Amino acid sequence: MLKALVYVVRRDLLLAFRRRADVLVTLFFFMIVSALFPLGVGPEPALLRTMAPGILWVGALLASMLSLGRLFALDFADGTLEQMLLSAEPLSVMVTGKVLAHWLTSGLPLVLVAPLLALQFDLPGPAIAVLLASLLIGTPVLSLLGAIGAALTLGVRGGGVLVAILVLPLYVPILIFGAGAVGAQLNGLDSSGHLLLLGGLLAASAALAPWAASAALRIALE
Amino acid sequence: MTLQACNLAAVRGNQPLFSNIDLEITAGEALWLSGSNGCGKTTLLRLLCGLSFPAEGQVNWNGDSIFSQREDYCSNLIYCGHASGVKDDLNAWENLQVSARLAGKSCSQKEALEALAQMGLASFAHLPARVLSQGQRKRIALARLCLQPTVRLLILDEPFSALDQQAIAAVSQRLNQHLTQGGMVVYTTHQEVALQAKRLHRLALNRATPC
Repeated sequence: MLKALVYVVRRDLLLAFRRRADVLVTLFFFMIVSALFPLGVGPEPALLRTMAPGILWVGALLASMLSLGRLFALDFADGTLEQMLLSAEPLSVMVTGKVLAHWLTSGLPLVLVAPLLALQFDLPGPAIAVLLASLLIGTPVLSLLGAIGAALTLGVRGGGVLVAILVLPLYVPILIFGAGAVGAQLNGLDSSGHLLLLGGLLAASAALAPWAASAALRIALE
Repeated sequence: MTLQACNLAAVRGNQPLFSNIDLEITAGEALWLSGSNGCGKTTLLRLLCGLSFPAEGQVNWNGDSIFSQREDYCSNLIYCGHASGVKDDLNAWENLQVSARLAGKSCSQKEALEALAQMGLASFAHLPARVLSQGQRKRIALARLCLQPTVRLLILDEPFSALDQQAIAAVSQRLNQHLTQGGMVVYTTHQEVALQAKRLHRLALNRATPC
């Protein structure tokens, strides 16, 4: 079972590597969106510092949603998903593998580039550390919840917009606790409460989302 | 080792597609599904695979419903549908390896290359699938049948479409070999390719009422 998981991750990473442009689009979207705000609202450090957590989190959230459409759609179109359904390995394991690969290619790069972007908002060092931690815990939840949306809208016309409508409300708690953690740190409060709640969301979605997404995939392919 | 369908029925929208289909295949036997376009051949194959649920009736593998023993059934099954599952960005042998691994079987590069050679793709094995023709992509999908160890049941939807005479001969030779080894084949085709099975069942799905 673990072998199947590792293999699906490796396969998706190989495919992502062969289509590097798709991965870079997500990353550049995040960088451009968060670079536009300081240009738009003006260079006042205090204002930028208060806005930074929200902007970076919203940027990461939208960027990670950008690539959700590709999560299952390509495998659906070329028939690979059918073969996954007929595999002797459980579908939820394969879905977990696909979600993990999605996070590695579209979530992790955002996390790694975020500290650099935080500098242009004049965030202090400890706040950047909390931002990094909150994104590290939060972005896998985005991929997990997004997988449910992507699976539910598979094969639907205008699925891209529908995913946003389905998934964005579910992203609200992650945004609140993620940006809240950085905000708390900025105001000299303890941010561990927010991070623990994010961790709880990660644990719950890791347990439930692959199962829900594979149920949705079975329905989509029937 | 039997595949059995009792009283199967399927609907498309509100219209009944077929009903009261009973069939039973045992080791060494083949089932040739024929019928006009849109009469439900693919639907019946998908029901037999367990990809969709029948409106009525059930499909049994060794006497039990396939849904109650999915893992066991799936490890004994290869399904080749219309969508070949071939990725443009991977080359031919990688595609074959991926589809074998996803099915839960091991497949080394050497085994993949040998299977591709049997399908006449030896000199194309290292090319990305995006530069290959439709027929060559179909051959990649069908090369799974040449991998060892073989499974018991092959369900093939139009395996001979887009293939040239040589490839058709290679595939039917492989299927005959599979049947003599005690395997089972369920296939649809519009071409007259009769396999040398212990018993070749033929089921014509033509509907009583035109659509």
